[in-house]
Amino acid sequence: MSIPIVDYLVLEPKPHLVAQECTACKAKVFGRHNACPACFNESFAEYEVPTTGILKTFTIVQFAAKGIPVPYTTGIVNCGGMDVAANITGVEAIPENITRGMEVQLATFPLGKDAGGVEAIGFGFEPV
Amino acid sequence: MSENVWILGIHMTPFGKHADKDVLDLASEAALAAMKDANVTMKDIQILGYGNLMGGTQGQSLQKNIGQTGIPVFNVSNACATGATALRAGVMAIKAGEADYALAVGVEKLSGAGLLTGNTAGAMPENWTPKGRQGAIMPLDGYIGTTGMAGLFAQIGLAYNDSDPRADFELFARIAEKSHSHSTLNPNAAYQKAMSLEQIMGDPMISYPHTRSMCSANCDGAAAAVLVSETKLRTLPLEQQRRAVKVSASIIATDPWTPGNQELADVNTVTKNASQAAYEQAGIGPEDLDLAELHDCFAAAELVHYDNLGLCAPGNAIDFFNTGATWRTGKMPVNVSGGLMSKGHPIAATGIANVWEVATHLRGEAGPRQIEGAKVGLAHVIGLGSTAGVHILEKSGL
Ligand SMILES: [Zn+2]
Repeated sequence: MSIPIVDYLVLEPKPHLVAQECTACKAKVFGRHNACPACFNESFAEYEVPTTGILKTFTIVQFAAKGIPVPYTTGIVNCGGMDVAANITGVEAIPENITRGMEVQLATFPLGKDAGGVEAIGFGFEPV
Repeated sequence: MSENVWILGIHMTPFGKHADKDVLDLASEAALAAMKDANVTMKDIQILGYGNLMGGTQGQSLQKNIGQTGIPVFNVSNACATGATALRAGVMAIKAGEADYALAVGVEKLSGAGLLTGNTAGAMPENWTPKGRQGAIMPLDGYIGTTGMAGLFAQIGLAYNDSDPRADFELFARIAEKSHSHSTLNPNAAYQKAMSLEQIMGDPMISYPHTRSMCSANCDGAAAAVLVSETKLRTLPLEQQRRAVKVSASIIATDPWTPGNQELADVNTVTKNASQAAYEQAGIGPEDLDLAELHDCFAAAELVHYDNLGLCAPGNAIDFFNTGATWRTGKMPVNVSGGLMSKGHPIAATGIANVWEVATHLRGEAGPRQIEGAKVGLAHVIGLGSTAGVHILEKSGL
């Protein structure tokens, strides 16, 4: 048994992110919204976010709350025009490894099991 | 036409550690000194705007401590723009003709509080159960992005001007070097020591490319302002009229929809919108400014706001900084107080403290750090969420 870290990560048939796309103006957001923040229209359709993108910007977090593993890289990945906030994985979190404009792809990985043995699945983007 | 609004009295406590004072001591100190500066008492004040984001006190708590007169209180909360919002409440009341005198107070006690945000991790649940609007099964900080402000503003800075590669660690460190240098002239700053580029870049990394000395300093402090209508001001002694500072623009704006701004806060559009509205309201352009205090909560933020406030040509903030323009000796002095990185950032106090700094220069009372002949200045704050506050101030022509 496994469960995605957020409901906009869909694991089957292949892992991908699903955004909410406004049916009127095509604005895209993650998570449940009551109306479109751009045009106030109240209906959304599901939008499958491309699984590859370009890293626009990033930071390498060295200091975080106790319990959060550091360092880690996080940033904004532009996937076919939609910005996605995600960690950059699969590469050591040092500035030499991370370049603005680099190509990255969606990756998933286990984050641990809960008391019932269900595996949490996280996502990030790793260099292509 | 609505009433013009002036600052009649204003005060900022020293920023830093005030171990022997509580939040209400600090708020009272600022409020009483601002009223003394304005030669008024609580009896004259008709509306109070109050902000204390982290301390849980209300304007009513302050009133019980310095004067309960039954006036309306607006307790405001707008993250780091809280102080500017309290001031804006007073401005609106006077413009609406509902008051001649307003008091705005912002106070915080944060020494030893660690970082601005991201100090405490949420507990890992025993069972994975989707919760909230994104069906999160666990706290997301560190797993999908960071809630730490140093990291958020790092991303904002590294994204400057289509992710210009020249917006890098060393550039941001040089901006912090300027702030720490400016702070040596400010006896009210929490940190008053100059720092070399090597010291800044060698400091512990918080969130690349922000080291500790490139982050705003959590500290204790308060600031307060007494606002007056122009009609009332003209009945006061000439000396008071001369020291009064005109609020030529008072703008609070929130972030409009821009694609991606729910993934990474867009502090650029909201600041551009607020500053454009402010310049229009004041009938003043950025080329008329003698100094600006902008919201350098982190070194990278200062760079983007040169552009957002129109202090430089669009897209030109890096070259603009590299010419030395924003040093106190340059053509557009920015954060001569030392800014949030060295003066300190007691959150709700900041939006009024920035106004105090500018007003003090316009009054010619800034001592060794005085920008000579300053007539017009701008004070800017950003509260994540997001809110931009912009106030443009002018020296009295009398
Ligand atoms: Zn829409």
